[in-house]
Amino acid sequence: MPPTERQQLMDAGAIEQTIHAMARDILQQTHDPAHLVLVGVQRRGVELASRLARAIADASGQAVPQGALDITLYRDDLEVVGPKPIVGPTHLPVDLDGRHVWIVDDVLYTGRTIRAALDELADFGRPARIGLAVLVDRGGRELPIQADVVGAPIAAGPRDHVEVLVRELDGRDAAFLISEGAT
Amino acid sequence: MKPVVIRGGRVIDPASGRDERTDLVIEGGTVAGFGRNQGTPEGAEILDASGCVVAPGFVDLHVHLREPGREDVETIETGARAAVAGGFTSVCAMPNTDPVTDNQAAVGFIIAQARRAGTARVYPIGAVSLGSRGEQMSEFGELVTAGAVAVSDDGKPVATAHLMRAALEYAQSFGIPVVDHCEEHTLSRGGAMHEGLTSTRLGVTGIPRSSEDVIVARDILLAELTGGHVHLAHCSTAGAVRMVREAKARGVRVTAEVTPHHLALTDAACEGYNTNAKMNPPLREAPDVEALRAGLADGTIDCIATDHAPHHYDAKEAAFDDAPFGVVGLETALGVALADLVERGVLDLPALVDRLTARPASIFHLPGGTLRPGAAADVVVFDPASRWTVEPATFFSKSRNTPFAGRALVGRVRWTLVDGRVVHGRAS
Amino acid sequence: MSPGPNLGKDLLGLEYLAAGDIRLLLDTAEPFKEVSERAIKKVPALRGKTIVNLFFEASTRTRISFEFAEKRLSADTVNVASVGSSVSKGETLVDTAKNLEAMRIDMVVIRHPSSGAARFLAERIESNVINAGDGKHEHPTQGLLDLLTIRDHRPIEGAKVCIVGDVLHSRVARSNIWGLLKLGAEVAVCGPQSLLPMGIEDIGVRVFRRVEEAIAWADVLNVLRLQLERMQSGYIPSLREYYRVFGVTEERLARAPRELLILHPGPMNRGVEIDSRVADGPHSVILRQVTNGVAVRMAVLYLLAGGRPELAEAAKGGGAGGER
Repeated sequence: MPPTERQQLMDAGAIEQTIHAMARDILQQTHDPAHLVLVGVQRRGVELASRLARAIADASGQAVPQGALDITLYRDDLEVVGPKPIVGPTHLPVDLDGRHVWIVDDVLYTGRTIRAALDELADFGRPARIGLAVLVDRGGRELPIQADVVGAPIAAGPRDHVEVLVRELDGRDAAFLISEGAT
Repeated sequence: MKPVVIRGGRVIDPASGRDERTDLVIEGGTVAGFGRNQGTPEGAEILDASGCVVAPGFVDLHVHLREPGREDVETIETGARAAVAGGFTSVCAMPNTDPVTDNQAAVGFIIAQARRAGTARVYPIGAVSLGSRGEQMSEFGELVTAGAVAVSDDGKPVATAHLMRAALEYAQSFGIPVVDHCEEHTLSRGGAMHEGLTSTRLGVTGIPRSSEDVIVARDILLAELTGGHVHLAHCSTAGAVRMVREAKARGVRVTAEVTPHHLALTDAACEGYNTNAKMNPPLREAPDVEALRAGLADGTIDCIATDHAPHHYDAKEAAFDDAPFGVVGLETALGVALADLVERGVLDLPALVDRLTARPASIFHLPGGTLRPGAAADVVVFDPASRWTVEPATFFSKSRNTPFAGRALVGRVRWTLVDGRVVHGRAS
Repeated sequence: MSPGPNLGKDLLGLEYLAAGDIRLLLDTAEPFKEVSERAIKKVPALRGKTIVNLFFEASTRTRISFEFAEKRLSADTVNVASVGSSVSKGETLVDTAKNLEAMRIDMVVIRHPSSGAARFLAERIESNVINAGDGKHEHPTQGLLDLLTIRDHRPIEGAKVCIVGDVLHSRVARSNIWGLLKLGAEVAVCGPQSLLPMGIEDIGVRVFRRVEEAIAWADVLNVLRLQLERMQSGYIPSLREYYRVFGVTEERLARAPRELLILHPGPMNRGVEIDSRVADGPHSVILRQVTNGVAVRMAVLYLLAGGRPELAEAAKGGGAGGER
C-alpha cells in the first residue's frame, strides 16, 4: 500500500484572507451591488457564502441576501451512486429574476456540481447574470465550466483528494491536499 | 398369480395384536401365514424387508380425487397411484366432484375407474344431500348398494341441524356413518386462515376456532339424540378434542380424524402469504397441535386421514385471499407422521400403524387394515429410518400443492401390495 | 457519512423496516416538501424512469398523490386501473407481473384488494414495487405521511397516539401501529370490540373501549373512516349509534385535558366518525397530511429508484469521488 501524503494548503489565517480577497473580486465584477445574491452549494459552500456575505457587507455597507442550494436531485450520477445520497435543504430568500447571482462552493473540480446548480437555478427563475466563486480550483474539468472568482488555484492529479474544512461544520478552517503515494 | 414372501421385516399388525420380526407369506392374493424361515413356496417372489416395517396397507378415510370434473388436477388413476406411493391401499373418495356423487351411477363410475386403474382400492363416499346443496337428502340406500361406505357433504358442513339429525337417523338403516366438515359459515365468512395474531399481522380475515367447535358441539349432541354415528372430519382445534373426549366418555357414537398437516404445522406456516399453507380448516396454533397430538395418542382422535386436496399450480399462484383451500397429502403422510409424531415420542410405531390401519378400517367397516391370515394381502413395507427431502416435482399425484416442499421427512415406502400384487415398488 | 438505507428493492410495509429506515424516509421527505412549494415543482432526479400505477381498487386521492410525486421527480407515469372479478384476480396478477417485466418498467405502485398482493408481485418482478395498499395488510406511505405530520408538530417518541375506528379492516391502522411503535410512541386503539383485531395487545397496543377514555389519554388521534358495509355485515348496529358512542365530536374534545392533534386518512364520513367542526377545526392537520403525502411519496420513490451497485463500483474506480 503506497503511503498517503497529507499536505496542508491553507491554514485558518490564509482562508480568512482569501475570503476577503474573494469578496473584493466579487464586488469588482458586480455592476450593481444592490442586485447581488449569494447562493452557497450545500454544504460547505453555504458556510463560505455566509462569510462572503459578511465580508461584502463590511466592504460595501449593503446587506447581501444569501441562499442555500442542494443539488443532489440534479446530479447526473444518481442512477450510479450506491445508497441514495441524503438531500439537504434548499432555500432562496429572494426572487432571482434580474439579479446577479453568485454561486459559491468550496472546491471546483470536474464541474458537474456547478452544472447541476445551474440547472436547478434555472427552475427558480431567470437571473440577469450568474457568476461562480470558489475557494479552491483544482483543475480537472470534465465540462466547459469556469470560475469567475478563485480563492486559490491548486494543482491536483486524479489520484489526489482536496479537502476543505470549515469552522462551522468541522471545528476549524483548513485546506488539505491528500495524495496517494507516488508510483 | 405368484406367491410373495416378505422376508425379515418387523411385522406390525395392531388388528391382530402382532408385532414381531418374521416373514409374511402371501398366496393367492391373501395372507397365507407367518413364520421365520418357513419353506419358500415354489416360484415365489421374495421381497427383502430387513430393516423395514411390514404393516397392513394404510387406510385413508378422506381424499379428494377430483374425478369426475377436475381431471386436470387429479384423476382416480393418478390419485390411486399417489395413494399406493404413500403406502395407502384403501382410500375413501369424498363426493364434492363435478357432478357431486349423489346417485348410484356416480358411485359406480368411481368404482369402475378405480378397478381400471388397478392400484389402490377406492371406496366412494356419497353426498348427504343432493348436489350437497343442503336441501334434500340423497338416497342413502341406493348409494350404499352401489358401493358407498359413508355419506358426507364435505367441502361444506351438513347445512342444517335438522338435516344432520335426519341423516344420522336415516343412516342407521344402512350402518354407515355421517361424516361432517365442521364449519359454521357465518363465523368463518371471508376467512382465509386461522384467526389470531398471525392473521392480524398479515391483514387476512381469520376463521375462529369457534367456527369448528360450534358445529362439533351440534353434531355430538345430535349423535347423542339419535344414537347415530357421526365421524368428524379433519379436526383442528383443542376444543374439538376436548368435546370428543368428553362425548366418548358419555358413550356417544362419535369418531374423529386428523390430518398430518394439522399434527405438524401451525399458522406460522402462512407467513409470507404461502398459499400452500392455506386449507380449510386452517392451521391453528401450538396449543391446538398439542391437543390434537395428545388426542391421537390417547385414542380420542381415532385415526389419521390426509384430506388430500389437489389444486392446480396456477390456482395457488395467487394472492392469499384468492387462492383455493387445500393441500395434497398422500405421499407425505407417513414421512410427516414418523418425523413429527414417532420421533417426538407422541406415538410409538405400533400405535401409529394402528391409527393408519385398524382404526380407520373399523370406523367405516371396511375390509382391510389387517394382516390376519385369510385377509386380502394389502401390505405396505416401509423403511422407518430413511431420511428424505420432499420434492413435489417427483410426486405421483398430478398436483404439487404441499406445505412440506423442501422439508426433511422420516420414513419411506419401499413396496405397496394390493391383493398380493406389488403396485408400488422402490429399489433399495 | 451516514450509512446507506437498507430499504431493499421494495416498500411493502412498515412492519419490515427498521426504525432507522423509517427515520431516513421521513428526513428525506423534508426537502421534498420544499420542492412542492416552488414555482417549478419539478426536479430531474427520476428523469427517464418509467413508473406504472397499478390500481386494482378505485382510489382517487392516493393515485393522484403518487402521480404528482412521480411527475415532480420527472418520471414518466402510466396509470392502469383494473377492476378484476373475484375469479380472475389471481390470474390477472400473475400475468400482469409478467407483462410488466417484459416491458422493462422501472417501478410499480400497486393497490390491490388482497392482503399480500404487493409482496406477490415483488417476488415475481425485478422492478421496484411500492405498496399503495394491499387488502387489510398495510398502506406504508400513508403510515409514513401520518408519522411525518405528527413529527411536524411534536416528537414521535413518547407521543400517545390513539387510532380510533375500524382497526380490524384497516391497513392504515396497521401501518401506523408498526411505524409508531418502532419510533417509540405509545400506541392505543379505540373502537367497538367487533372492529378490533385479535392479538392487538400482544403487539404492545393498548385498547380503550370508550372514546372518552382515549381522548383523556392521547396526544394524537388518528380517526379512521367507518365504512357503510360494516353495518351491513353486522359488525355494528348502525352508523348513527357509532357516531353517538365513538364519534370524535367537538364536545368530547372540549373535555380533553390537553390539545389534541387530529389526523384522518380520508376520505371523511362527516357526522359518522368525525364532526365537521373537528375536521375543519384548529387541531386538525388533515390537509397537512395530504401535502405531506406527496413529499413522502417523492422520498420513497427517490430512495428506492435506481442505484445499480455494480455501476457504483465502476464509478468509484474511475476516480469520480465525492467532489466534483
